[in-house]
Amino acid sequence: MVTATKNKKSKKVDFAKIREDFPLLKREMNGKPIVFLDSAASSQKPSYVIDAMNSYYENLHANVHRGVYQLSQEATDAFEKSRRLVQEFINAPSDKECIFVRGTTEGINLVANCYGRKFLEAGDEVLISTMEHHSNIVPWQMICEEKGAHLKVIPINEDGEIIMSEFDKLLTNKTKIVAINHISNALGTINPVKEIIDKAHAINVPVLIDGAQAIPHLKIDVQALDADFYTFSGHKMCGPTGIGILYGKEKWLNAMPPYHGGGEMIETVTFEKTTYNTLPHKFEAGTPDIAGVIGLGAAVEYMQEIGHDAIIEHENDLLAYGTSQLKQIEGIRIVGEAKEKASVISFLLEGAHPFDVGTILDKLGIAVRTGHHCTQPLMARFGIPGTVRASFAFYNNKADIDKLVEGVKRAARMLS
Amino acid sequence: MNINEIQDEIIEEFTFFDDWMDKYEYIIDLGKKLPLIDAQYKNADHLIKGCQSQVWLHANHEGNSVDFTADSDAIITKGIIALLIRVLSGQPAEAIANADLYFIEKIGLKEHLSPTRSNGLVSMVKQMKLYGVALT
Repeated sequence: MVTATKNKKSKKVDFAKIREDFPLLKREMNGKPIVFLDSAASSQKPSYVIDAMNSYYENLHANVHRGVYQLSQEATDAFEKSRRLVQEFINAPSDKECIFVRGTTEGINLVANCYGRKFLEAGDEVLISTMEHHSNIVPWQMICEEKGAHLKVIPINEDGEIIMSEFDKLLTNKTKIVAINHISNALGTINPVKEIIDKAHAINVPVLIDGAQAIPHLKIDVQALDADFYTFSGHKMCGPTGIGILYGKEKWLNAMPPYHGGGEMIETVTFEKTTYNTLPHKFEAGTPDIAGVIGLGAAVEYMQEIGHDAIIEHENDLLAYGTSQLKQIEGIRIVGEAKEKASVISFLLEGAHPFDVGTILDKLGIAVRTGHHCTQPLMARFGIPGTVRASFAFYNNKADIDKLVEGVKRAARMLS
Repeated sequence: MNINEIQDEIIEEFTFFDDWMDKYEYIIDLGKKLPLIDAQYKNADHLIKGCQSQVWLHANHEGNSVDFTADSDAIITKGIIALLIRVLSGQPAEAIANADLYFIEKIGLKEHLSPTRSNGLVSMVKQMKLYGVALT
């Protein structure tokens, strides 16, 4: 299945060989071999996923859940197989709790709208953290405004960690939902989501976890976490863009009204009254992104074949190596130094704007993200306009980091 | 010199750069030397918001010509601003409004002024031209 196969007994994964699975990493950028360090924005795709999607269009395409003919049934089977693969991947109790959405942003919007419409009232509070992506801020602001509810924000410390004593104070009987990211996209902080969920559950408050950054790095077990909602995007875990998952506990999903109206989500329609389909279809109006779902299923298979233990070990090595190498550069400031951190390094070079550093790195064939990373309130918290962010996936290696370090040194020389 | 004569002069100057590093070092140098914008204009009214770097632009017209001063928090952006000011500042309003800024592509900086680049420069050029239109 995966070009680089794991010998289960030795637990040794050949990551040099794994890199060969990614055709794009063979291309050049600005005339130089690409050094792709922007996987936190979107990961690259292995041939296994690309081939699965091509094969779907070549051999299997028909609309799902519709036709009586064999081809449509085969397409539906492949589509629903992906749902079961996802269910297994995150250890969801049931596949009907795994809703296909466009991505994390839609997952959060769905919950903000449907949970918010049903359960939020004037004076209620929604609790988020300072380090949320705009996608986990704005949907809540919108529903709070509509309902007369309030958005409360848990502060963070200088290292970029949630101050749990402040969380304890902000979590009250006014809180109707807590929405927090598992891993910060801008800082790499791994948040203590299990502790947050347990504390919220102690006073019967549900918790949504934005898992966009966690899904490619950590082994997610929604039952062990006891998360009420867990949402993530396929494209950050080697899958295609435009497809993601909203996991939700059945009791919440059943209690919530549907999100979009249309085909597939209905049971019966008359002009007087429509009754809705059961889960998961109730939340999946319209023809879904079938190829995306097939690709996501392939990405799950691919990630599972490598195994999260090996991925975590490799990425932790890269993070430790990258951090120590970058720290040796004069005038560098790492933004976000949480004790629990994923393979994201946000930094600033003294006297240089992140845009300038990113422009020079681009010329050297190094793809990093610069700017506010869709976390303007977080940047304001640190009093900075943005950062340069290098993020590593399991297909990166130490040579990539060496090139980054050389590039940053050159940028420092040119911009000083 | 008119707008196109200045553009041709810049294109000629850039032919001396062998590689991207020399070119960018020159642009960075231009950025460092760009005359300061009057502090009173470096405010929200003159800010052209970009996703990546911020740009402030002020226009002053005497008679038919328009003078520009500008600033940015990013030095490469500032260097490109210096080139835009060299080409457009002090020119007749109508010429600014109708300028075809072909020099950007010829000197290999098109990527910075592509409409999909969110660095504020595209909006700045648009704003400069709008001043030209308004004062024509």
